[in-house]
Amino acid sequence: MAGIVSVIVDGIAYGMLLFLFSIGLSVTLGLMRFINLAHGAFAMFGGYVAVTLMNGYGVPFLLLLPVAFLATGLFGAVAEKLVIRHVYPMPELQQVLFSIGLAFAAGAVANIIFGPQQQPMLLPGWLAQRISVLGIDITGYRIFLIGAGLVAAAALIALFSYTLYGARVRAAVDSRRTAEGMGINVSLLFSLTFGLGAAFAGLGGALAVGFLGLDPTFPLKYLVIVLMVVAIGGPGSIAGSFIAAIFIGVIDALFKYFVPEIGGFVIYAVLVVMMVFFPKGLAGGRTA
Amino acid sequence: MNSVTSSVTSSVMRIGIGLPLFLVAVASYFLFPGQLGLIAHLFILAIFALSYDLLQGHAGVVSLGHAVFFGIGAYTTAILGRHGVSDPLVVLVLAFLVSGAVAGLLTRIVVVGNDLTRLLVTLGIGFLFFEAANKANWLTGGADGMPDFEVGRLFGLYAFDFMGKTAFWYTLAVLAVVYLFLLLVTSSPFGVALRGIRENVRRMHAIGAPVNRHLAVTYIMSGAIAGIAGALLAQTSRFASLDMLGFERSAEVMMMATLGGTGSIPGVVLGAATFGYLKDMLSVISPKYWHLGIGIVLMLSVFVLRSGIAGALAGLARRMERRA
Amino acid sequence: MITAIETSGLTVRFGNFTAVGDVSLTVAAGTRHALIGPNGAGKTSLVHALTGAIPASSGTVCIGGEDVTHLSQAARVRHGLARTFQINQLFRGLTVLENVTLAIFERERKTRAFWRLAASDKAVIDEARSHLAFVHLDALADRPVHSLPYGAQRLIEIAIALATKPRVLVLDEPAAGVPAAQSESIFERIHALPRDLTLLFVEHDMGLVFRFAERITVLVGGQIMTEGTPAEISADDRVRQVYLGRRGHHAAA
Repeated sequence: MAGIVSVIVDGIAYGMLLFLFSIGLSVTLGLMRFINLAHGAFAMFGGYVAVTLMNGYGVPFLLLLPVAFLATGLFGAVAEKLVIRHVYPMPELQQVLFSIGLAFAAGAVANIIFGPQQQPMLLPGWLAQRISVLGIDITGYRIFLIGAGLVAAAALIALFSYTLYGARVRAAVDSRRTAEGMGINVSLLFSLTFGLGAAFAGLGGALAVGFLGLDPTFPLKYLVIVLMVVAIGGPGSIAGSFIAAIFIGVIDALFKYFVPEIGGFVIYAVLVVMMVFFPKGLAGGRTA
Repeated sequence: MNSVTSSVTSSVMRIGIGLPLFLVAVASYFLFPGQLGLIAHLFILAIFALSYDLLQGHAGVVSLGHAVFFGIGAYTTAILGRHGVSDPLVVLVLAFLVSGAVAGLLTRIVVVGNDLTRLLVTLGIGFLFFEAANKANWLTGGADGMPDFEVGRLFGLYAFDFMGKTAFWYTLAVLAVVYLFLLLVTSSPFGVALRGIRENVRRMHAIGAPVNRHLAVTYIMSGAIAGIAGALLAQTSRFASLDMLGFERSAEVMMMATLGGTGSIPGVVLGAATFGYLKDMLSVISPKYWHLGIGIVLMLSVFVLRSGIAGALAGLARRMERRA
Repeated sequence: MITAIETSGLTVRFGNFTAVGDVSLTVAAGTRHALIGPNGAGKTSLVHALTGAIPASSGTVCIGGEDVTHLSQAARVRHGLARTFQINQLFRGLTVLENVTLAIFERERKTRAFWRLAASDKAVIDEARSHLAFVHLDALADRPVHSLPYGAQRLIEIAIALATKPRVLVLDEPAAGVPAAQSESIFERIHALPRDLTLLFVEHDMGLVFRFAERITVLVGGQIMTEGTPAEISADDRVRQVYLGRRGHHAAA
């Protein structure tokens, strides 16, 4: 019993990370209609920023997170403004080619700078200890991840539902021309939103080092599963991505636990089945 | 350019572009006797890229998991070889059939849905087969791959020799057949229908076209031909490995087709040959910088030289025509 | 006489919005029937539902007496229902001739054949040329569609639809986006279509409607407000209010 609960908790924690990775892609796809297969590169960027600061400069763990968030967000926003926005109007094939190229290049750069090996991250003592919740021992880090995910989800939903920024984004998703006609600076909105998505991915990446590990194959390794979260949750839907991420995280963990021989690729079978029956995702493509 | 009325002339013209390519290929046998293995490899890549471009360039369907069929062709060859079936042509036909059959099973999920769904499904299928092959190491040898399976003599006479002579003519012959076949298909009513799907799928529905059926046939054809390419690689290198199924290979075939000029049959051949050659030269020096290089080239390719090599050459030809 | 088009209670809903509400429309075979109404009345949605481009939320559609409600758009084309689009939907990268031959190949189910040259099918090419001749475009047969002026492209829309050998042709604003002089010639060609072909056309230009229509259905807010001959419609005050308004002087006597 304790075993299963522990696996489920692991799955939920994994799902939270997936949520953080995917939310940027979901919003980008919904808002800019841009298929960014390189989104995982932002998560990787955040991870390497965190690792460099901690291992190279002894920055404390909790400080790493906002720094990774901001640094990746800035990087994303700049990349968007300089290069990526020119790819938005291009047909699907070009977007796919561009983003695959970006993913390869990003992984290669990481490989050149940091080498192909896994990056170590020493979690602070207070996170590494096991905590007893309802009689079951869970690593503090899992709880931290789950907490971080919930906070992020809440913050994003609040942001998109209650702020002026969120209203503008939803307007621009609905009809770009009308939004521009109302005086909304849509291109600034796109940069901000892209940067925000990148920032969350970077945060996820920083958090993931101590749970999933970090190496240059990161962007492509998690590509399918991140796309799954977006496709199943419905592009543009935050709540949908959240539910889809948890769902996929838990299923993946359960299968790996119960049927380890095939566990790894059951998730792809799940993908195929879901796409056959729900081609538009669970949320049906509405925005958050 | 492909007007139906002058299409006999234009077919000859299209073969016409292929003819010099063919002659260059034949000449390379005599010009580079020490590189026959590499050249045969380039022919194989060309077949693979042509199979993919039928989907992407002609029907307008992007698939991120096309290497699945390449790998199935290779593994079919290896498994048959281990079980005593080793006549190269028999194995080639069987690989063609097996890959085509798998493609047939998958059409229902690939053809359905919108573009994002299809990207995701083809990506997922790619990873699924990769992981499955990885885990099923009793059949596939897992991460170690399958070396040392029997490959018989071609026509019972010609062994696949070290110098690669047999491999060269064998793969060139298959490439020529595939090339001509695709020329025929793209000049047929079916080919016009594919271009119609690529140009305006809405209109296709409105003229009563069975779009899904057309796409399914295309998917099966392209999967089967990719299987031939994979079988050829396994036969000439006597090895089948997981990377033949992997995402990187799927991405590479997309790059080859696009860099050569998606939609242009000779262009794709040139693109595959160029890509294969560069990869052979550069990735040995440093795989990291090779990945960085192709990443950058891919990103640039959406801004400059959109129509690939074929487009650049056609543009040059037009400019020269205007001066004349 | 079999009715060419018959819908019964046809309804199309998008979420909470009812684009087409309980429309029961009958078009007799061989008539030239116009569908008019103000912007947003649901005319194009009705056309989409009629042709199968979007599924109906409820109601039935019969073409030539056969129930096609559950058939796909492509299947309805095979039952003899063709349409043209309000905004050109052509194969822009193909030649004019290829646009039409493709429709014929599909009709004849010849697109299965991947082993023959398309150019060798003389019968198909000749038929395509005859359709192009009907719309006076045969001289431009080998030009790529994207190089043609918009008015010519509108005519290709019609040629493609004709190439499917329909029994019923639905024309969604055939003269849309075309200057007045050219819209005359487009409608002249429509008028020259064979009488055994039933025409349902959506149109805004009341001058053209009153000249070419034998029967008119007025759609407002997704529902049929009234139906009748051109004389009846032009005399109808409600129609005048809702639609003709300031443009009443266009109504033909």
